[in-house]
Amino acid sequence: MRYMLLIYGCERPDAGTPAHAAKIAAVRAFTQQCEDDGVLLASDPLHSTETATTVRVRDGDTLMTDGPFAETAEQLGGYFILDCADLDEALQYAARCPMAAEGSVEVRPVLERKPAALQVSE
Amino acid sequence: MSESDAVLDRVFRTERARVLAALIRGLGDFELAEDALSEALATALGRWPTDGVPRDPAAWLVTVARRVAVDRIRRARVGEAKYEQVARAAGDQVSAVDELPDLLSDGLGRLGDDRLSLLFTCCHPALGRDAQVALTLQAVAGLTAAQIARAFLVGEATMAQRLVRAKRKIRDAGIRFAVPDDAALPDRLSGALAVIYLVFNEGYLATTGDRLLRPELAAEAIRLSKLLATLMPDEPEPLGLVALLLLQDSRRDTRTGPGGDLVLLEDQDRTRWDRAQIDEGLGLVETALRRGRPGPYQLQAAIAAVHASSPTAGDTDWPQIVALYDELIRRHPSPVVALNRAVAVAMVEGPQRGLELLAGIEGLEQYRLFHAALGDLLLRQDRTAEAVAAYRRARRLATNKAECRFLDGRLSALGE
Repeated sequence: MRYMLLIYGCERPDAGTPAHAAKIAAVRAFTQQCEDDGVLLASDPLHSTETATTVRVRDGDTLMTDGPFAETAEQLGGYFILDCADLDEALQYAARCPMAAEGSVEVRPVLERKPAALQVSE
Repeated sequence: MSESDAVLDRVFRTERARVLAALIRGLGDFELAEDALSEALATALGRWPTDGVPRDPAAWLVTVARRVAVDRIRRARVGEAKYEQVARAAGDQVSAVDELPDLLSDGLGRLGDDRLSLLFTCCHPALGRDAQVALTLQAVAGLTAAQIARAFLVGEATMAQRLVRAKRKIRDAGIRFAVPDDAALPDRLSGALAVIYLVFNEGYLATTGDRLLRPELAAEAIRLSKLLATLMPDEPEPLGLVALLLLQDSRRDTRTGPGGDLVLLEDQDRTRWDRAQIDEGLGLVETALRRGRPGPYQLQAAIAAVHASSPTAGDTDWPQIVALYDELIRRHPSPVVALNRAVAVAMVEGPQRGLELLAGIEGLEQYRLFHAALGDLLLRQDRTAEAVAAYRRARRLATNKAECRFLDGRLSALGE
């Protein structure tokens, strides 16, 4: 199953500082581990929410807002998409992700285009 | 009741969890498994009186339920295929329909015992505690959503929704239907034990509502703890939990007076404690502790065993209880354990020492029993005004009506 790990509320140390270098190294090591384990499908950091533009179309009009969808303290900072056997495995990767120690990692199963074989009870 | 109805009733009571677990294992879907099982039960009600009771009724139910489930999947697939034909005609990119999974070869045929997987799945930490408790009571203990709703004083619709949401999360988030591996087992086991203890406590010391006791929940918790202890014979903590629950439950008839009022341990009529439960509990504490791997439930059971073995309140071996609390707090420190230890220490060394210990406990400002214990110790020092203030604080925090009446009684005895 594919799981998306959404990274929220992480500090971004200024480039060039030792904290920045340490963070880059930690994230690289985690990403490499996912790659070596054969579970990494995709991962990217995002620019800060100051660069975000939110788009809504209402009654045919396109409205653009400068800023993120929700003005909360903990913003989405990046993501990983992992291919894991089950939720437990995905949760283990989330716990090992260095950003889990300072922010939060939300684990969401990807809704596959083909419904699961047994999704018939509704 | 006809003979076949009686058999069905017995099979349902004794085998329901095992049949359901086998179906969930094969189908990977709680809701589908439950629906298929109830349809199989309806079929059995209609057919057994004329066809006779099958030789292995549980296996029969699994076979029929499986057929029902396969049928539903097939019908859903046909619907999907039709939908996809329409979509394809509209020019959409769509994927081919999956082949129907081979349900006959994936273990459903063999009716093993998957109840442990069922229990651990219900208690998975990715589910909220409320959902874990509700799901365990429904899937493992066999209570209906309506019964669980009544027991926890929530609306039936709320409870039904909580259950459905949990089952769908298990399916959609890919929570594995399995006993956790060795690395995860200690944490997961303590989670499952906590769920069962919570069910018991809700039955034994209901936090809200009119009645202090909900015996049906306590009885379910004892059954669940015994099931877990039976399924995990090498683990001492499940045994410790069974012992703890039996020893606490042995006092159930004496914990309330005629009007439903709370009776303290020291005032209970010990001749009315359930001797059979005490003997069973004492035996299990010993068996568990002999394994040499004490844990929080074994230690709490050992403390309960000291009380259960004292012919009168005055005979209580408080130094032994303090020693057990010392061990408990060393291994599993928590403010509530510290409070209980302080009360035990006060029985040995006097109220002054107890008050000193209470003063050092943080995090129980909103815990009614902390203030009640404080009031008791102050009263023993004849510091009436301070005791009244403490009881008042406890009274404000109490939600159970029997506890409220008890504290009101304390306050009125002090002239308030």
